[in-house]
Amino acid sequence: MSGHPYIPNSDPAIRDRMLAAIGACDIDELYESIPDSLRFRDELDLPGPLSCEMQLRRHVEELLNRNKSCSDLLNFRGGGCAQHYVPAVCDEVNSRSEFLTAYAGEAYEDHGRFQALFEYASLMGELLDMDVVNVPTFDWNQAAATSIRMAQRITGRHRVLVCEHISPDRLSTIDNYCRSAMTIDTLRCDPQTGMVDLNELRKKIGPDLIGVYFECPNYLGRIEVSGQTVSDAVHQAGGLSIVGTDPIALGVLAPPSQFGADIVCGDLQPLGIHMNQGGGQAGFIATRDEERFVREYPSRLFGLCRTDTAGEWGFGDVLYDDRTSFGAREQGKEFVGTATALWGITAGVYLALMGPAGMQQIGQTILQNQQFTRQRLEAIDGVTIRASGSPHFKEFVVDLSATGVTPTQLNRVLLEDDIQGGIDLSGTLAGHDGCVLVCVTEIHTRDDINRLADAVTRCVSQETDANS
Amino acid sequence: MERRSERFHQARWNEPIICELDSPGERGIDVPRVSNAIREATGDGLSQLPDAVRRSAAPNLPRLGQMQVLKHYLRLSQETLGADFNVDVGQGTCTVKYSPKVNEQFVRSHKVADVHPLQDAETIQGSLSILHETGRFLSVISGMDRFTFQPRSGSQAILAMASMVRAFHESRGQAEQRNEIITSMFSHPSDAAAAHVLGYRIVTLMQDPVTGLPQLEDLQQAVSERTAALFITNPEDTGIFNPHIRKFTDVVHEAGGICCYDQANANGILGITRAKEAGFDTCFFNLHKTFSVPHGCGGPAVGAVGVRDFLAPYLPRPTVEREGDNFSLDYDRPDSIGKVSAYLGVVPAVIRTYAWICSLGPAGVRQVARTAVLNNNYLLHHIKKIPGASAPYAADAHRIEQVRYSWQQLFEETGVTTEDITNRMCDHGMHMWSSHHPFVVPNPMSLEPTESYSQAELDQYLDALRSVAQEAYTDPNVVRSAPHRSCVHKTLSDGLDDPDQWAITWRAYLRKHADNEDLR
Repeated sequence: MSGHPYIPNSDPAIRDRMLAAIGACDIDELYESIPDSLRFRDELDLPGPLSCEMQLRRHVEELLNRNKSCSDLLNFRGGGCAQHYVPAVCDEVNSRSEFLTAYAGEAYEDHGRFQALFEYASLMGELLDMDVVNVPTFDWNQAAATSIRMAQRITGRHRVLVCEHISPDRLSTIDNYCRSAMTIDTLRCDPQTGMVDLNELRKKIGPDLIGVYFECPNYLGRIEVSGQTVSDAVHQAGGLSIVGTDPIALGVLAPPSQFGADIVCGDLQPLGIHMNQGGGQAGFIATRDEERFVREYPSRLFGLCRTDTAGEWGFGDVLYDDRTSFGAREQGKEFVGTATALWGITAGVYLALMGPAGMQQIGQTILQNQQFTRQRLEAIDGVTIRASGSPHFKEFVVDLSATGVTPTQLNRVLLEDDIQGGIDLSGTLAGHDGCVLVCVTEIHTRDDINRLADAVTRCVSQETDANS
Repeated sequence: MERRSERFHQARWNEPIICELDSPGERGIDVPRVSNAIREATGDGLSQLPDAVRRSAAPNLPRLGQMQVLKHYLRLSQETLGADFNVDVGQGTCTVKYSPKVNEQFVRSHKVADVHPLQDAETIQGSLSILHETGRFLSVISGMDRFTFQPRSGSQAILAMASMVRAFHESRGQAEQRNEIITSMFSHPSDAAAAHVLGYRIVTLMQDPVTGLPQLEDLQQAVSERTAALFITNPEDTGIFNPHIRKFTDVVHEAGGICCYDQANANGILGITRAKEAGFDTCFFNLHKTFSVPHGCGGPAVGAVGVRDFLAPYLPRPTVEREGDNFSLDYDRPDSIGKVSAYLGVVPAVIRTYAWICSLGPAGVRQVARTAVLNNNYLLHHIKKIPGASAPYAADAHRIEQVRYSWQQLFEETGVTTEDITNRMCDHGMHMWSSHHPFVVPNPMSLEPTESYSQAELDQYLDALRSVAQEAYTDPNVVRSAPHRSCVHKTLSDGLDDPDQWAITWRAYLRKHADNEDLR
């Protein structure tokens, strides 16, 4: 084969010229260290080549057109990844070749990358009302797991309480990542209010407790009203309050640091990042600026400094050598490497665009849309909203069990109308069979919400008619 | 004649921190507001919140117009030297190559960007078919039987492999007994660090001073009934291939351990040699390295993990299954290690990989490796002739995809360090990386030219290196005080390890330093 567009030196004449320059006759000579018994000489069973870009485009687009996107569907599915409006400037910045194809340059030739990530941390710090924010990790799952491991190292204790209303997938990640270092114990919620059961909390607190991990708003959309009480109780026992949160709520909701959280984590995806079928997740971790906390971060932390030229900002790594696994291998804190820097930059752009007023207004719009959707659905015969007396943000649980319609049936009917219903909680979360987790954001209009409510009404009433 | 790169100067915008650009009254974007009907039905939305959970003061975010935000970030982008701009051969171990633009267009279409991760299988047949088929491609390339794309980086892939190792030994009642993982010094630090997260004791094999390779006798000493697994790179970060690797895996298997292959970077051996024949039970590929996914300043990414059939029950859930032309997700996997990350991982990275492999085809994939190795040996041949530079270990042998060079002789003769050279190379518009810590090779330089760079570009990079090395002998202060033509000058970074001085956010900076200096 000769001259693939991605491989300039694959042209035989160029190849031979380079071989001659280094005194070799054949590329196989360069592989002399690989024993023949390990050489693989069969034809690789791969398709192509589609080296002609036009043919490649036709092939891949044909496959991708078998997807229905949330532009094709009216979407109400969330559960930790939600459809929000993505400002064009966010896409413009994160598709710039400079950012897209940079990696691990120094603080000089990659000064812009360091500054953009420092600014991301700074703006998240304002939103979270905290002084230290990491270069983001993989997703909220990892951020929660690492927050708990950080708390374990800070306290030197070996049992953590995790509030039961957490995404089962996140709990699975936490369990896999943390169980070698601690016992993971469940904290129940009151079934009526959906809020932390304070009596159980008091029973389960003790001198062996690392702390409590809870979310606000949590997986089921509930806004915990006793956050300060939980934090106070944990602190009295010498533990730490670890809180997961949705950053897009924090223009209207108090950030967890204001109700006693010591370590705060969550996902950046809502902040100007497309869902990307789950590829848009990015986990943040934030703490106060205390040495005992800062020393426990595994992630890169970029610090602001000066240069030898007056008036210039420079950047560098904080506590790189002893703290990170790049600096200290297994003696470092957990591990560091490629994570989600591009989404960190994007979240910074988003917060700069939104400003204080934008964050307040988007929080308000989501609250109103969510309340309106709840009202519409609650009015349907047999449909109830779980914990409807408690405050919610963005998501809420619709209980269909009295309608005779299962979540699977409902979602199938909705999909026929190009509506993507909520997440079927049956079999995934104890006590939630027949329930659907519905997600409403600022993208939904009154017509959208009415379309959903009308379709649910039709589906439920057909079932009622069929049974009568 | 002055070299082209000696006339280079990177963008230097002196951009303030965005918080300094705050201009009350400006705003970057308007937010959707609800219709009157919704407002009538719900009120202001806020009054239903108890006071305890309401934010009392708006977040102190900067206020800027849309074009002002855009301009600020585009200036910062110009102060970032992506692979699309420089001859990016200077980041050894990281396989920086061309990320085709057409693949970028695929994943930015709404058919990928606006897909929710928990959609019903019938609505994501395109993505699922690509995940399934790309898994098959990587099985062909590695000899493994099944792949998962859930891990979101190489380090998370190592964690996933270590988790499967633990689950395997748990299934045989040996999890507590088998508490050691063996790795080598020239394997990535995460092989040690990510395995250590699960509580494993790490045993590190040191390299032979002549060959640069871990020694079989050391491994034979290290294995025991405590051995859970071997985590190793080959070729190691020196670019030296361990020809005895099959003996290594045999020794570990005989001791009852699992053999895990760190193939984060497999760029020199695609289609040349495979994990299966070397005796590995599991391996992983970084799609953001070997398989052309752009690095994105450090993610999002995928560490695709492959396993032999006997480890498949432990793969993270769900797996993608095929029946005829129909693809589905199987969550019902009772022995699975569960979720190492959210959802299915970074699906757009898999789509880019699929397109990259399709473009190259079977001969092209092998051509990638052969050309990467040719390019690497071309650099090696010329760098060994630069005064002050050397390529420790395996003298006179060819290398696979990368080399860890040393500037030790240059340092001894001039006092100029590898860090100084790094700083001077950015004056030429080039990046040069030393290595991970600890610096086993003194004053290291890690170069990996991949298949993407033309001979002329390799010559440009060599020219810049020669120029800097020569300067170290003739005018060392110019090198030591570099950079001079970069975005900023030499940083005063002494305070970054001092809790009283470090500032990880702007608000922390103001709190610690506002009294001490005139901010601008």
